[in-house]
Amino acid sequence: MSTLSHTMDAGAHDEHHHDTGKVTLFGFWLYLMTDCLLFASVFATYAVLYMNTAGGVSGHDIFELDYVAVETAALLLSSITYGFAMLAAHKKNVSGTLGWLVITFIFGAVFIGMEINEFHHLIAQGNGPDRSAFLSAFFALVGMHGLHVTAGLIWMAIMMLEVIKRGLGNRTLTRLGCLSMFWHFLDVIWICVFTVVYLMGVI
Amino acid sequence: MSLLGKLSLDAVPYHEPIIMVTLAAIAVGGLALLAILTKYKAWGMLWNNWITSVDHKRLGIMYIVVAMIMLVRGFADAIMMRTQLALATNGATGYLPPEHYDQIFSAHGVIMIIFMAMPFMIGLMNIVVPLQIGARDVAFPFLNNLSFWLTASGAVLINISLGVGEFARTGWVAYPPLSELTYSPGVGVDYYIWALQISGLGTLLTGVNFLVTVFKMRAPGMKLMQIPVFTWACTWANILIVASFPILTATLGLLTLDRYLDFHFFTNEAGGNAMMYINLFWAWGHPEVYILVLPAFGIFSEIVATFSSKKLFGYTSMIMANGAISILGFIVWLHHFFTMGSGANVNAFFGVMTMIIAVPTGVKLFNWIFTMFRGKVRITVPMLWTLGAMTTFTIGGMTGVLLAVPGADFVLHNSLFLIAHFHNTIIGGAVFGYLAGFSYWFPKATGFKLNAKYGKAAFWCWQIGFYVAFMPLYVLGFLGMTRRLNHTDNPDWNIWLYIACVGAFIILLGIIFQFTQLYVSIRDRKQNLDTTGDPWGARTLEWSTASPPQFYNFAKTPEVHSIDAFMEAKENGTAYAKQAEYAPIHMPKNTSAGVLMGAALTVMGFALIWHIWWLAIVGFVGTIGIFIVRAYNTDVDYYVQPDEVKRIEEAHLKNVAEVAA
Repeated sequence: MSTLSHTMDAGAHDEHHHDTGKVTLFGFWLYLMTDCLLFASVFATYAVLYMNTAGGVSGHDIFELDYVAVETAALLLSSITYGFAMLAAHKKNVSGTLGWLVITFIFGAVFIGMEINEFHHLIAQGNGPDRSAFLSAFFALVGMHGLHVTAGLIWMAIMMLEVIKRGLGNRTLTRLGCLSMFWHFLDVIWICVFTVVYLMGVI
Repeated sequence: MSLLGKLSLDAVPYHEPIIMVTLAAIAVGGLALLAILTKYKAWGMLWNNWITSVDHKRLGIMYIVVAMIMLVRGFADAIMMRTQLALATNGATGYLPPEHYDQIFSAHGVIMIIFMAMPFMIGLMNIVVPLQIGARDVAFPFLNNLSFWLTASGAVLINISLGVGEFARTGWVAYPPLSELTYSPGVGVDYYIWALQISGLGTLLTGVNFLVTVFKMRAPGMKLMQIPVFTWACTWANILIVASFPILTATLGLLTLDRYLDFHFFTNEAGGNAMMYINLFWAWGHPEVYILVLPAFGIFSEIVATFSSKKLFGYTSMIMANGAISILGFIVWLHHFFTMGSGANVNAFFGVMTMIIAVPTGVKLFNWIFTMFRGKVRITVPMLWTLGAMTTFTIGGMTGVLLAVPGADFVLHNSLFLIAHFHNTIIGGAVFGYLAGFSYWFPKATGFKLNAKYGKAAFWCWQIGFYVAFMPLYVLGFLGMTRRLNHTDNPDWNIWLYIACVGAFIILLGIIFQFTQLYVSIRDRKQNLDTTGDPWGARTLEWSTASPPQFYNFAKTPEVHSIDAFMEAKENGTAYAKQAEYAPIHMPKNTSAGVLMGAALTVMGFALIWHIWWLAIVGFVGTIGIFIVRAYNTDVDYYVQPDEVKRIEEAHLKNVAEVAA
């Protein structure tokens, strides 16, 4: 643990209140772990309720794997492009960072657009969340992930403005790092959603 | 649809004289307070020094003020219930109609756990933990301020429910299907949901904040196994907070979807499963009771060592016991519903796990006893609370082991035996612990000691009142009386209900003494000043600062080589050493963002409760907007200049030298 205390030792004051670097990233990572448990609770609920279709449709009836595969590809690719944005940011390459962030944003927006479209179709066909416990759990789990992605997109838009206005100082890099963890985390969650909800639903 | 959603003037319960008189009293008291603040021109001071403060010590005091106010509110509920049950015997109806009584027991539980015990614990943690680890503040001071205002926001919502609308009639657990829209169509459950949701977010952020603080900001040299025992206890509690509060957030969120958007998670229809709620609720709820009690154990450990003038016996086993309790605390939740159809094998597993928790808890008790053994024990007020808790909590723990036997639980489930048991542990363990910590660290936080005479009177009233109030409930449990009854018709129960009512009034005396003590101590503060910063001859770093501590805590970050760092410094003669020169100290500036976000979220919560959708959007967007503005404010810190540090430090050292001479 002595290595941890060194952070205090070195620049006790700067480390403390500038909120730069490691402390903030560690704090945000911890927050993400709590977010992970939030998802875990809803996953558990889905696992308990997914067979309770109340005479309505099951996953087998409504999931279209091809469609979800495209959605998934968009989100996974956005993780890669975000990685490129971070690489550019660490090289202090403002235009590169912005370019990759725009591409990431587009992929994320495609993902959200496709999800909204899927939800719209289901509700229009009478398979909304009020139909059965299965559909409630489906909409809650997938929708909660979608809300997270939406929040991530809003955050990303604000970060793009920050990069334009303030360049790539330490503070901005730390924030980009937090958003990076958030974005990759949502990817990991989506892989679980894809597996547990869609793949296992179709099998 | 109306612009005000479901809200109308009918929401105010004019026909309930008890509520209207209470509201009138609150209004008069509130106006008096406003008048006093205006007369003494205290508004600027209140805003600049407290409301917008990011200083962990001030936030800690504000948490404890909230806890004290909510203690009065929660206790008012308690004494109403006890008097109702003492009057409503032999078929009499008493003075509280069922629909009002049901709100009272629900509010009592929620308030005492979420808005009394939690803020009290978090308040003590705020004041003490950064000082104990030699840090200047917490890792994220603004977040700390925000956490407080989120807690306050929840407290405000639950108190609004008294005068506007109603509170839940579901009990503090709000089990569906009763808490679903079908059976609870009013706004009571919605008040419950949003008060808990908003304050729960604050608690979660506190957990994250303090974990980062303890893991990243300890004084140089302080190894993990040199962290003072109270901070360790809080750290385990914080681990439990970050691991369990998300479950509560999710559970309440799902119930919200059921009630607001016609989802079917826990409904009777369309395949909903109410047991899922009950499992999720206790997967949070059981760790929650350890979140409450572990810091109290830490407080006892500090106090026992200080007032026995010995180092704590079994420091390592104490930390390990905390860890064992924390981990086991996550695999016992099912013992809250042994009777709900899990089957013998599942019940047996959870029963055994529950009983095993008694082992690390026993380790702690023996450690305290061995610490006192052959020590010079000083029976001060904090020590009295500690001794009271050691006896009382042990009884509560043992009745818990009894309830952990599934067979016995089938007889005692939801009886008053259960009520007696958890009050025995929460009052006897957690609340006594907080009151011990309150009197122990009071001089540190304020600069003067509490009056011991009234402190002892308060303790004895609480201690005796507790037994008179709750031991009869064990008997009533065995006699078959279940919880949440509004009136009874069994002559065998009467005498015990009368005794319990007397007990509640003895506790009331204790609370009155507590506030008298506070009043007398503040009045006579000049005679009880703590000028050295170390009034008890204590062992850990918080006592090396002045009382109240310098706003920057430590002029120079201390170096730590042992568990009792300050005791070691005193023994080596390095305590109170004069510094040749001081470096500038970097400090965070106060911010109004926390209180404004709390206010916006209160508006959002209130609007959601009453289905005023436009206002909910305003509140939500406002919250996010204020946060973004704060994120782009670059004027958030400043430096304290060396000459100011020098002036403050030398004044303190002079005080210490005067007392020593």
